[in-house]
Amino acid sequence: MAEFSTSIKDKGDVSVINLKGFLDAHTAPILENNFVDLIDKNRFQIVVEFKDLAYISSAGLGVFMAYIEKIRDSKGDIKFAGMSDKVYNIFDLLGFPLLYEIFKSEDEAIKKFVETK
Amino acid sequence: MKTKKITVKSRTENLSLIRDFISAAASEANVSTDDTENIILAVDEACTNIIKHAYKLNPEGEIVVKVKTAVSKFIVSIIDYGKSFEPQAIPEPDLQKYYRQHRVGGLGMYLMRTLMDDVKYVSIPQKYNEVLLSKKINVAQNNVR
Repeated sequence: MAEFSTSIKDKGDVSVINLKGFLDAHTAPILENNFVDLIDKNRFQIVVEFKDLAYISSAGLGVFMAYIEKIRDSKGDIKFAGMSDKVYNIFDLLGFPLLYEIFKSEDEAIKKFVETK
Repeated sequence: MKTKKITVKSRTENLSLIRDFISAAASEANVSTDDTENIILAVDEACTNIIKHAYKLNPEGEIVVKVKTAVSKFIVSIIDYGKSFEPQAIPEPDLQKYYRQHRVGGLGMYLMRTLMDDVKYVSIPQKYNEVLLSKKINVAQNNVR
């Protein structure tokens, strides 16, 4: 079975979801639950950290599309950080860089939230 | 031409087994890392579509994945016995539209077409469906004899 786990830490008003392992149609519900929990807690400023993610399929990308409008309607955003070239390439093929801000590091993504407050 | 085969039940938990099977077959055929990663993702997308759409998440369906390797070509055949579908009925993905609909569809098919050189669908209603994915492979120079 694919190994996938997430961990969430709060840095001020920003919540960082760290992805680890393999994100596919089997493991995507774990990430969906993270978004549902954060939205329930009114935490709409979200950075997704990809540095420990080994693999993503379109089922994983679909999770970001499912919640982005609700989060932006609540004055929040989902920003991405730490993608490997391989993972970035998949996002790029599907046109995600037009819809989401992608940063080299988690700190840069958090800084963007703080600056645009 | 060498052929390898794996048969699994239509469950998302088996996607990693299928990816490992493709990875091993590609490694044996000296396929480059980049090509291997692209083939793995294309096969994952095809099998995910079968689980969700052909078998509609029924976990007892069967998926047969066969790999054929020739000198410069890597061919994956994926067979299921679920509901057949018309690939031409699936529109090209439009992210701006999905943004409003909170959903995505067709991303997997688009990725398959982008990552592979050729994608073919064969559907014999009431019998089986087959997806054929093929890619020219770049064999590393030191492996050429």
